[in-house]
Amino acid sequence: MKFAPHTGSEIEEMLSAIGVSSLDGLFEQIPATVRLEGPLGLPEGVSELEIVEDLGRLAARSRHLDDLVCFAGAGAYDHYIPSVVWALAGRSEFSTAYTPYQPELSQGTLQTLFEFQSMVCELTGLEVSNASLYDGATALVEAVNMARTGGRSRVLVSQGVDPRLVDTLRTYGRGSGYEPEVFTAEGGRGGSPPVGDDVAAVVVQHPNVFGILEPASELFATAREGGAKAIQVFDPLSLGVLAPPGELGADIAVAEGQSLGNHLAFGGPYLGLIAARMSDVRRMPGRIVGATVDQDGAPGYVLTLQAREQHIRREKANSNICTNQTLMAIAATIYLGWLGPEGLAEVGRQCAAKALYAAGRLTEIPGVSLLHPDAPFFKEFALRVPGDARQVVEGLVEHGYLGGVALSTAGEDVLLVAVTERRTREQIDGLAAAMEAVVT
Amino acid sequence: MTAIGAPIRRQGPPGHGTILDRSVAGRRAWSLPPLDVPEASIPPAHARAQDPGLPEVGEVDLVRHYTGLAQMNYGLDTGMYPLGSCTMKYNPKVAETVAALPGFQRLHPLQPDSTAQGALELLWKLEEALCEITGMARATLQPPAGACGEMTGLLLMRAYHEDRGDSRRRVIIPDSAHGTNPASVRLAGFEAVPVRSDARGLVDVGALSKLVDESVAGLMLTNPNTLGLFEEEIDEIAATIHGVGGLLYYDGANLNAILGRCRPGDMGFDIVHINTHKTFATPHGGGGPGAGPVGVTDELVPYLPGPRVHRTGDGSFSLVQGGDRSIGRMHGFHGNVGILVRAYSYVFLHGSDGLKAVSELAALNANYLAHLVSGEFPLAHPDMRPMHEFVATAKPLREATGIKAMDVAKRVIDLGFHPSTVYFPLVVEEAMMVEPTETESKATLEAYAEALRQAAQDARERPEILREAPMTTPVRRLDEARAARALHLRW
Repeated sequence: MKFAPHTGSEIEEMLSAIGVSSLDGLFEQIPATVRLEGPLGLPEGVSELEIVEDLGRLAARSRHLDDLVCFAGAGAYDHYIPSVVWALAGRSEFSTAYTPYQPELSQGTLQTLFEFQSMVCELTGLEVSNASLYDGATALVEAVNMARTGGRSRVLVSQGVDPRLVDTLRTYGRGSGYEPEVFTAEGGRGGSPPVGDDVAAVVVQHPNVFGILEPASELFATAREGGAKAIQVFDPLSLGVLAPPGELGADIAVAEGQSLGNHLAFGGPYLGLIAARMSDVRRMPGRIVGATVDQDGAPGYVLTLQAREQHIRREKANSNICTNQTLMAIAATIYLGWLGPEGLAEVGRQCAAKALYAAGRLTEIPGVSLLHPDAPFFKEFALRVPGDARQVVEGLVEHGYLGGVALSTAGEDVLLVAVTERRTREQIDGLAAAMEAVVT
Repeated sequence: MTAIGAPIRRQGPPGHGTILDRSVAGRRAWSLPPLDVPEASIPPAHARAQDPGLPEVGEVDLVRHYTGLAQMNYGLDTGMYPLGSCTMKYNPKVAETVAALPGFQRLHPLQPDSTAQGALELLWKLEEALCEITGMARATLQPPAGACGEMTGLLLMRAYHEDRGDSRRRVIIPDSAHGTNPASVRLAGFEAVPVRSDARGLVDVGALSKLVDESVAGLMLTNPNTLGLFEEEIDEIAATIHGVGGLLYYDGANLNAILGRCRPGDMGFDIVHINTHKTFATPHGGGGPGAGPVGVTDELVPYLPGPRVHRTGDGSFSLVQGGDRSIGRMHGFHGNVGILVRAYSYVFLHGSDGLKAVSELAALNANYLAHLVSGEFPLAHPDMRPMHEFVATAKPLREATGIKAMDVAKRVIDLGFHPSTVYFPLVVEEAMMVEPTETESKATLEAYAEALRQAAQDARERPEILREAPMTTPVRRLDEARAARALHLRW
């Protein structure tokens, strides 16, 4: 066996101590009717070398982002990850630990999560956060569950919210008994949600799925005047330059935190962020770390407010979260420590400047135009391209670019382009040249 | 003596000593190339007025701070970690090597299928392998954790019944079940109905049959159950639930006990979730990431969430959205693919023979350790043979000395080990739930048993040493009541 250290004689000694004659004897309680006859239909085990070569062959069959220049976004972004992040987060004292049920042996995880919660509060301008959720989409589900209280049940969602988030909300809503209702955004932004006294939440993404800056404070004021919770889906790396959700009037803010030092990894593991006001702390989902003292008065950290959680409240819990994304939260904490306030603002400035430059270069191409020409955007923008955007993406791959994401819900000819601080002027000019070749 | 080294006593008020306390105005770790395009201005109405209160530190500050914190953590690489129900077995290093290949780690989730063939093939092969291991027809790899897998399975159950015009509302759960089961049941819009365990620690089949009627949507069961015992009457249980048109849900928390011996599909289960960090040793990260693939029988395939990987006639792979009957989407993208790559490496490294050996040696270790400790800490169900884990009780010790299971756990820390799970399952008083896993040696098991024996002796001879424990850790017992009363959740 690969990682079991037993020798043949040790197995014999242990069986003899237990009073069983063979390993099969340990499984006699399994009724014959359900026992598996013969081996599993899988190949026999192999050496580590063979596994590394097998996976090396599979890995080589994809075109990764050190090969294709990435302008794809839509919730997952190619930001630079400094070496220090995974040199530290990858330490096995962090990665091979369990949920900190014995706090005396888990102060590293617990304190880092306390720092993570603090940084999420600092970013969002809100008062309380938690130890992470699965990803941005499921964080939105949890935020909506927090808001659906006091007889209010309806959930209004802006057309500017990423359709994959709305799909996720719709799926979980089947269990909880709601159907998200999408309200129209005029010209890619804004809208006037009808907030009656049965509305629990108004959800706005800012910057939205088109990358556009929303009139978020007006939408949130409308929500709050109607007695609903204002929920913002935000981009954590925008918050060095954009006003924070708390200041805009959001009650609950959620985000996909992948961009904070986590690998793209074809979709996960990512990181769900959530922050809210202190008055809602008892409705927060998942794990929360609190500072306290030990019996000698020394500072330390524990999981707290556990009376909200599934392992105590069982069917009365407002969330079923058990495992979350702690290691991704640790990476995000180290990444934000690396950036500091100045680096965070610089990343935001560079993304915004490079996106604006890219939009200018791309819209010089005949037939290519901005989907919403009058709306200000942050690091992402939607283009109309000649023909099917998916074909354009495939064409750009031939030139060495992952040129964006086809946003079919907005039209077959809509291409969403994201520009991070990693992209150079030369790469943007190269994308524009490739685009011109592909569409003309 | 402790495995985590000499304690460094911490000082200062609660919340002191964070990375923010190392901040020095003007210090920085970050660097980026100078901007090579014209500046853009943020519209004033949208601009941030005041910087967030993040630390200003250098790279060396970061390295020293988080290395220091890492050293305050006990991980599997530190030592034995016998948390019952959590399956903390050694996490193979090769899994980290392959997950870091750029062909997996540097892929965007929305890049065209034609550019992601290797990753799609891996997901397809993993789905096939998980179906073979569990005896299911197809699976979704989307759920990012076991509890999300439960939610997925329950939504599948709901969609299945609704499609038949059935609005069944009750889901039966044994009283020994993990708390996520009833929480997921409620979130999926069902009512959780407990069924009691009998004196053997198994589902009371008589009680179950009295609960069952056509309002039952299904039963959630862990097998072996959370007491580490195999539900021997699984045939009768399955017949009872199927007899009224309900579905059987397999909570895969203990799948690691039966690999290659029996399969949930062959036991009559219709839906199965797998915790990859338990069965396939993906690192748990101190509380995630996990992955919770869900397998189903043929009848339930149309309801699976999308997108899923399909293999086309020419042998290429593509992501296909769910059809009309799909429950929708459980995750923003395709699930925790980085974790699934690690799970793939574990499955194919071990193969059919190695996976069977995993369960055999897990059972051997659990039974051997149970044999060594049951003199001091009797098994909750001494007449039953445990499988991969066992539940002992400190109740006799408490009655004799006043020392509780938690005190024993804290003493075990001072004796150099991470303790077992305590106070779960809830149906056993002073429960100590021990899962040594197959990756611990005979000598380590004996040392752990000796630590428990020492703790019991100390309880009788010098109980104060248990009440004061732990004394060798960076912090001692923490005031949890104060943490919950005087909430201090951020700097």
